[in-house]
Amino acid sequence: MKLLTHNMLTSHVKGVTKGYPLLIKATEVKVSEVEFNPNFVSRMIPKLEWSALVQAADGLGHLQDLPAELVTDYENNEDFLRKVHRVLLEVEVLEGCLQCPESGREFPISRGVPNMLLNEDEA
Amino acid sequence: MKLKELESCLQQVDAFEEPKILLEQYPTSPHIAACMLYTIHNTFDDIEGKLVADLGCGCGVLSIGAAMLDAGLCVGFDIDDDALEIFKRNSEEFELTNVDLIQCDMCSLRSHAYAKKFDTVIMNPPFGTKHNQGMDMQFLRTALTMATTAVYSLHKTSTRGHIQKKASDWGVKMEVIAELRYDLPASYKFHKKKSVDIKVDFLRFSTT
Repeated sequence: MKLLTHNMLTSHVKGVTKGYPLLIKATEVKVSEVEFNPNFVSRMIPKLEWSALVQAADGLGHLQDLPAELVTDYENNEDFLRKVHRVLLEVEVLEGCLQCPESGREFPISRGVPNMLLNEDEA
Repeated sequence: MKLKELESCLQQVDAFEEPKILLEQYPTSPHIAACMLYTIHNTFDDIEGKLVADLGCGCGVLSIGAAMLDAGLCVGFDIDDDALEIFKRNSEEFELTNVDLIQCDMCSLRSHAYAKKFDTVIMNPPFGTKHNQGMDMQFLRTALTMATTAVYSLHKTSTRGHIQKKASDWGVKMEVIAELRYDLPASYKFHKKKSVDIKVDFLRFSTT
């Protein structure tokens, strides 16, 4: 699970109103090289929940000095875009779980795939 | 990448080992997948550098093709462990770094769970026959909430009128890009014939 994917994930356990952001409890993290596409990264930034991304990256020890508040004029700031690229696409959680901030329900991550399936009584 | 090259790459993608009838797991043939992706890429420019979702991705033939055509990231969604396992293996064999997976049930998502998060949604949804009537429309409805630009999907030609009506109700534009013959090999025991051709529409829904 890449952090770009994590940034979109929400817990939908019955009764939960704000199941976001999911807390990452990782036991295995991998960083692998992904081709850098500055336009893609630049286009993704305004769609992100920035604070959730920073929190996730920090929790995994891969903050890359990203600022708590999103900077302006990042489109031409290659250094910044490369850092965001690394956090969004190169850092991957392979094993662990995601915890719903409201219900405490844990969603397992196994071999890089978060399992968001709910039991019948939770849906 | 040429269409032929894409198709021959997609022939290396492993399909379901034991398809599950309840999930209506029919593979998308490499030929159909390659034609779909090639058109989405070349005619509409909706893959390269885009955030793409593949709903009911199964073993991943569409996701893998989208990744090969340089999607920024393609995220596959499926409910089934076994399919996701084969998907993982496929993407590892192709050494793709721009795919990701989420295990979830598209039919029990909250309606706006991924609202406008993706640029493009591609899918070959369950056709919604026998055991799961209406499933194709649930997938379509969810897909339309997720995409900012377009949704590409396969549906039985016999349901075109119904889908057209729904599309107008939802305020989206529907185009028939191609009519295909979907060669459905006899994957399940109740299929008596060796294979059947069904007519399938390749549709584009634009949300603007």
